[in-house]
Amino acid sequence: MSAFALDRIAKVLPEALLERPVDSSGGHWGLLRAEALPAVAQLVKSDPELGFKLFLSIDAVDRLHLAENSPRFEVVYFAYSVLRNEHLRLKVRVTEERPEVPSLTSVYQGANWWERFVWDFYGIRFLGHPDLTRILMYEEFKGHPLRKDYPLRGRQPLTPERPVEDIFRGPGTSGVG
Amino acid sequence: MADPTDRAVDEAGPDAEDGELEAHLHTKRMLINMGPSHPAMHGTVRTRIELEGETIVRAIPEIGFLHRGFQKSCENVTWNQCLPYTDRLNYVSALMNNFGFLNAVEKLAGITIPERAQYIRVIGAELHRIHDHLTCVGSIGLELGGFAPFLYAIEGRELIMDRVTELTGARLTTSFGRVGGINRDLPEGWKERVLKTLDKCHELIGEIDTLLTANRIFVDRMQGVGVITSDDAQDFGFTGPCLRATGIAYDVRKAHPYWVYDRMDFDVPVGVNGDNFDRYLMRLEELKHSESIVRQALRDIPPGPVIVDDWRIALPPKPEVYGTIEGVIAHFKLVMEGVPVPAGEVYDCTEAANGELGWYLVSDGSGRPYKVHVRAPGFAILSGLPRMIEGRLLADLIPTFDTINMIGGEVEQ
Repeated sequence: MSAFALDRIAKVLPEALLERPVDSSGGHWGLLRAEALPAVAQLVKSDPELGFKLFLSIDAVDRLHLAENSPRFEVVYFAYSVLRNEHLRLKVRVTEERPEVPSLTSVYQGANWWERFVWDFYGIRFLGHPDLTRILMYEEFKGHPLRKDYPLRGRQPLTPERPVEDIFRGPGTSGVG
Repeated sequence: MADPTDRAVDEAGPDAEDGELEAHLHTKRMLINMGPSHPAMHGTVRTRIELEGETIVRAIPEIGFLHRGFQKSCENVTWNQCLPYTDRLNYVSALMNNFGFLNAVEKLAGITIPERAQYIRVIGAELHRIHDHLTCVGSIGLELGGFAPFLYAIEGRELIMDRVTELTGARLTTSFGRVGGINRDLPEGWKERVLKTLDKCHELIGEIDTLLTANRIFVDRMQGVGVITSDDAQDFGFTGPCLRATGIAYDVRKAHPYWVYDRMDFDVPVGVNGDNFDRYLMRLEELKHSESIVRQALRDIPPGPVIVDDWRIALPPKPEVYGTIEGVIAHFKLVMEGVPVPAGEVYDCTEAANGELGWYLVSDGSGRPYKVHVRAPGFAILSGLPRMIEGRLLADLIPTFDTINMIGGEVEQ
């Protein structure tokens, strides 16, 4: 995990970086202000000395049952720099009342599906995402299953069949009309 | 004297304005639905395709048909009990998922596993890499109309599956390894059988190579199809053979060596064009390197224990469990409470057959994971599929879908 990149962020965008803790295995990560996220992403991607072009993934953590649980959600971003041979882990925290983070789809194309994934499972909205729909669950699903308060054996109501538009059935007697 | 009508037809040939002689048909874009259950869509992926004639204008992959609630399930069982769920992520190379997950847990808990266990993990992972690549290469041949290479690949794959069965007791869902090492040592006479299997596989890979690599029909279908630039590939998060085919030599085994990969002598093949043919060549080349790694590991593997000697992490030997009170208590506590993993978080990655398999684990100090994020390589690669096939023919979707080797289990969790 790249400490160099965090130094650079702190230098170029000093108001963006809130904290920079180190985890038990020596991995550095940075906590960002949510509004600064696209600018930071643009920096780490295009800075010639950083080159975090390889976008790895996004996920979220619902901190409801953790000792420190406010704000409730944490969105975690992973990127990799082939140039520096290092991983980068950045996080933003959002509250339950306003779970909104700016989308990174304009910086990394790969963010598209991962943001849909986080929306699907945690209900965190990504502002500016072109198509923020569920990705693994179905559209009629109620709730967000990876939230800690979603029950393990939660039941979902039956959903009516979706209408199918514009079916071309072809010549013949079956199904025409 | 030539018939004037003949000449008229001749003149209208190549020089005529485009479409002058074609009957004007009313056309409109056609929306077709490939999958979720389609022989060429491995697993259960549905792709909505908008066609103009035979050209793909837009392709929208739709996933989720195989979603099993992987993360939610893991959050409600102990760390070791997550193993059977990890098998089912990439069911073609289950050992790599098992070991990758265990490696992340061990990093979080600060456990160093015995050297012999590290060697066994390398052997298991590389055997399954051969298994995965053989499946992929064989099915590319199959879906482009060559049945023989597929049969060769499956023959080799079955032999490896037999060795894996001898090692783990299961063909597909291996659930092998435990936090702290490996749950059982190599079986008697296994080394020799693996070496013979590798000899046989080497022969079969040679056959596949001869049948496909210089085959005009095959090359025409593959070369220049499904192209992606290295910048786009990184942007989408391609890793593994798909990224290396674009010319970027990123392999976790080399970049951040884990287990005993730093002692192994192997190369990372890198492509140039980022097309289907390069992705195929990457896999074919990696097969040879994986074979060499297994041989080296089998040659160098030291004797010794295969799991840490710490009863808080690994189950005590059975005579201790049945013979001593301490053994019973350790066994009971480990089964009921799970491995004690201190509170904290970690990101760890290993090189799986299709790319970087990343794990972001959060522990709250209880015996169960608080969060298990899996960064499946196939998810990112599949999200880049539209970029690779839009503007191409519908028939090009098939080889492209083959060479990205998407595995439904890991993409849809």
